[in-house]
Amino acid sequence: MTDLLFVLFSALALLCGFLTVANPFTRSPVASALFLVLTMVWLAGLFVLLHAFFIAAVQILVYAGAVMVLFLFVIMLLDLREEERRRWNRFGVAAGLISVLGLLGITAVTLLRATPDGTGDAQLEGATHALGLMLFRQYLLPFEIVSVLLLVAMLGVILLSKRELK
Amino acid sequence: MTGMHIGLEHYLFVSAALFCLGLLGVVLRRNLLVLYMGLELMLNASNLALVAFSRFLNHLNGQVMVFFIITVAAAEVAVGLALIVALYRKRQTAHVEDLASLKL
Repeated sequence: MTDLLFVLFSALALLCGFLTVANPFTRSPVASALFLVLTMVWLAGLFVLLHAFFIAAVQILVYAGAVMVLFLFVIMLLDLREEERRRWNRFGVAAGLISVLGLLGITAVTLLRATPDGTGDAQLEGATHALGLMLFRQYLLPFEIVSVLLLVAMLGVILLSKRELK
Repeated sequence: MTGMHIGLEHYLFVSAALFCLGLLGVVLRRNLLVLYMGLELMLNASNLALVAFSRFLNHLNGQVMVFFIITVAAAEVAVGLALIVALYRKRQTAHVEDLASLKL
């Protein structure tokens, strides 16, 4: 059952990811954003299959919720028209495709050659309690630094969004 | 179901493929916002790899890392989108090809 769900979720995630970056039917950024939301939902499903329930919930709440709403807000604020197909730089497209396919090939070959030492059966259970303890004991300092980072980001966004940017 | 056992390597394959899709978006698309979505896709692919490692190596460090990555990515998206909006106000465009004033 879980194997079937893994195949389903990963296939849907890859399909929606492809439609995010290279939709053959439309080049509207709104379509890309909505397919990205779907990709994140399927990824949350994969996280549940990996028994990372807390991370799955955070993925839905923060990524699929907050971040993508921000994206859609900005798209509608900017009133972007469809990305017109202009000046397709053939050399650039070919170079990009070759480099990306090369990277995919390198990672695939590395993964195929890797010996699965020490990676036997899945063991870790979804331990939200243990995760919280770890976050507030062992990783307390990074946690506080991240909270300061969020504050800095918030102030920076307010400053950047002011009408007259000196 | 016994013929195929889903292991760490399957998750890593999916993660690598998603990462390459995000990179493809960053390399090929010319719209700044869609380019940014490609970046988000790459971050999500790395998150998947980290959670899979955490599950199969029996250690919670990977999940804590994912938690931090999601937080920092949210901050990064907020700042990046504010920059795009400021840029759009000044230049009336969100296409990378129109932003070539630093080109020699």
